[in-house]
Amino acid sequence: MWIYEKKLQYPVKVGTCNPMLAKYLIEQYGGADGELSAALRYLNQRYSIPDRVIGLLTDIGTEEFAHLEMIATMVYKLTKDATAEEMEKAGLGAHYANHDNALFYHNAAGAPWTATYIQAKGDPIADLYEDIAAEEKARATYQWIIDMSDDPDLNDGLKFLREREIVHSQRFREAVEMLKEERDRQKIF
Amino acid sequence: MHMNEFTQQKYYRPYVSPFDPCPPIRVKSYVTPPQLYLGYQPYNLPQYQPQQALYAGTLWPALFSPYNGRYWGREEA
Amino acid sequence: MSSQVQFPKEFYQLMEELQVVDFVLVELTLYLDTHPEDYAAIQQFNEASYHRRILVPKVEQYMGPLQQFGHSYSGYPWNWNQAPWPWQI
Repeated sequence: MWIYEKKLQYPVKVGTCNPMLAKYLIEQYGGADGELSAALRYLNQRYSIPDRVIGLLTDIGTEEFAHLEMIATMVYKLTKDATAEEMEKAGLGAHYANHDNALFYHNAAGAPWTATYIQAKGDPIADLYEDIAAEEKARATYQWIIDMSDDPDLNDGLKFLREREIVHSQRFREAVEMLKEERDRQKIF
Repeated sequence: MHMNEFTQQKYYRPYVSPFDPCPPIRVKSYVTPPQLYLGYQPYNLPQYQPQQALYAGTLWPALFSPYNGRYWGREEA
Repeated sequence: MSSQVQFPKEFYQLMEELQVVDFVLVELTLYLDTHPEDYAAIQQFNEASYHRRILVPKVEQYMGPLQQFGHSYSGYPWNWNQAPWPWQI
């Protein structure tokens, strides 16, 4: 069971009306290494992983939905009052033709989200290594988007999300170490 | 592992051909953030104040990785 | 519409305070998932959890229920589904 909370994880701010940035940001909404992929990947892998790391996958997967909502908020604010003409100028003409100003789960190039972006191998090490890689790829994506964005308010939120990828990667690395231990939950220090 | 024992950015010099059409970027960079070095996080690491933590994106300075855009080494010889 | 809710400055401050304490709780949750025997971290977690419990009703005075399915009380009329939603404010 999940309970929705009527608040954002982080105070997202968007300084300028800039639909062009929304076009790039949607990569982290419905792209291969985006927040939807992350949430669904971890919350699906957890059913076939040793009990010791189920909690971590559940909690990180849940946090990813909070990040998905942050990205949605950014895209929403960047495009909220954009006219058809402004959307077209921002390279979002094809998006507008299909979706108006609605959000949709596709990547920056318009390819719809697909389950082929994620994997559940059933092998705990394979799955956790995929998760570590996914966090590093998401971190890199945030870097490239920050490189193209000149909105300091937006970048503030993006830097928060980038840092979260680092912390998640750290925890997944620790999860691998937990599974490598010879004895059941032996002291680490 | 102490925080200052590593840098968070590395550099390399790619091959430059006289026939490359774009002005060469002689020094390229990539990011090597703290989770590559920390190992299993030790107990009792120093923490940020709660409000600082939110704006840093982590509770622990040892995991903080600044990013202010990529370094473009185009001008260097 | 004239009935649009505009929050006063104090609401944004309280909301930030809640985001701050909740962030500490997220960080400690993930940390404790891999450090289940760190006693000091568990103490800090419980203190932050207590702080949050105090803070939530203060935030809800401005915006109505933060959660539903019974995790928050309802006002009259039903005020869970009132705008603004988090992405709108």
